[in-house]
Amino acid sequence: MAATSQISPQSYNYDIVKKFTIMALVWGVLGMFTGLYIALELAWPIFNFNTPEITFGRLRPVHTTLVIFGFGGSALFATSYYIVQRTCQVRLWGELMPTYTFWGWQLAVGSAAVSYMLGYTQAREYAEMVWPIDILIALTWVAYLVIYVQTLRRRSQPHIYVANWFFIAFILATAILHIVNNMAMPIGLFSLSSYSLQAGVQDAMTQWWYGHNAVGFFLTAAFLGMMYYFVPKQAGRPVYSYRLSIIHFWALIFLYMWVGAHHLHWTALPDWTSTLAATFSILLLLPSWGGMINGIMTLSGAWDRLRSDPVVRFLIVALAFYGMSTFEGPLMSLKSVNALSHYTDWTIGHVHSGALGWVAMITFGSFYHLIPRLWETTMYSTRLINTHFYLAVVGIILYISALWVAGIGQGLMWRAFDEYGNLAYTFIESVERLHLPYIMRALGGLLFVLGIFVMTYNVYMTIRKAKNEKAEFEAKIADKMATAQ
Amino acid sequence: MIADFFNWFTHLENTKPFALVLFFVTFVGIIIYVYSNKKRKRRLESYKNIPFEEDDKD
Repeated sequence: MAATSQISPQSYNYDIVKKFTIMALVWGVLGMFTGLYIALELAWPIFNFNTPEITFGRLRPVHTTLVIFGFGGSALFATSYYIVQRTCQVRLWGELMPTYTFWGWQLAVGSAAVSYMLGYTQAREYAEMVWPIDILIALTWVAYLVIYVQTLRRRSQPHIYVANWFFIAFILATAILHIVNNMAMPIGLFSLSSYSLQAGVQDAMTQWWYGHNAVGFFLTAAFLGMMYYFVPKQAGRPVYSYRLSIIHFWALIFLYMWVGAHHLHWTALPDWTSTLAATFSILLLLPSWGGMINGIMTLSGAWDRLRSDPVVRFLIVALAFYGMSTFEGPLMSLKSVNALSHYTDWTIGHVHSGALGWVAMITFGSFYHLIPRLWETTMYSTRLINTHFYLAVVGIILYISALWVAGIGQGLMWRAFDEYGNLAYTFIESVERLHLPYIMRALGGLLFVLGIFVMTYNVYMTIRKAKNEKAEFEAKIADKMATAQ
Repeated sequence: MIADFFNWFTHLENTKPFALVLFFVTFVGIIIYVYSNKKRKRRLESYKNIPFEEDDKD
């Protein structure tokens, strides 16, 4: 049975949680704005301004790094440090080490972004960082693991709550993925260039083993940890089925490791590897939907909260998008569907239905729950939370539908033949057709970016309000003390 | 003996069914463990309340 707690909330290390929360929003604003800018570059190439530092090729990894590692990573550090303390009822282990993980992570994200703009990259998707930054990340990540394990070891609660299982799996898997995928030989001690340890198809397989598991463990398992804590807390009722969460965990972490090769269908990859990856991708639908159902059913008996609480709305819509993108993913991993979808904008749309719909929405919902508790106040404006919600949802829907139109159209045009067996369209014709969907995509992105601007303003005003309330409270106490004397 | 096993293990026609049986049995074992016993059910489901244990202290 679960034990009662021994520690007061004042004893927790919330300072580190606050720092990571604020930086998640800073990177979120910068990264999403960069995403909007490169969407505009695709619609109107004039936005490249013939300046190498801000061309699409260099800004694209800036966007992905800032949103995945800056926004998503900082949000995961913040929420995992919060959840492990709250569910283990113990203060976060170490004083200097958590601070080190903060500065190490921020330095890695910031220097990666600058290095891409200057043209330094190792050209591995979602792992573009050059080798010195890779080493910094590895050291920071090991510190994160040590902090997490030591905190778990010192817990007052005998049972480790399931959210922590997801976080520990995420931390361990990310460490393995990062180290193996980035094994390289620098061409010189003072050079940022390096050769990958692997070559040819092995290199591609290593890259996509990393790439898809970055999705599986960084962008899915870890955010499920967030979900298993914040959905019950905000809904005010425990998770629907704890036993289902156990099955969800084991099935998900086992199946994800095998699916990376579906990114390499119809290439030099052995056919059996491709089939294996597709098979496991289909199997993944079961734990993914099991988790989604577990999250959504937590609201069972309190569905009215969807009407009255915008934070619950963020969390439940995030789960709905999680369900949708984990259905679309296995579908796209089938070789026949992949023959149409691969190399088209459908893939980008799919990624964003997961990244915006699931990752960003669950983070926003969790932050709206977390921030008032960290600063011991209430949110500055509920109306702004509502505004943010609708901007984000409309933005995502515009974005993904535009890229369905763009991607499926592209795929169909590339494979169309005329009566003589010649290609029916030239490549440039397929590019020209993308102009309108790209404008629609940029519009969707604009709405989503406006949403995070609204949130950042709301959070800024909340923190200011908390400081004023604290000052007022202290003045009242001082007044009372003076009157008593 | 060990070398023979490693040699056997390097053949995909051996490794694939071996992995299938190993992982399938483990997974079925987890399902049986989680869903088979009423007392265990009560214990496992009680853990879902952990996030709420500190609410009175906030």
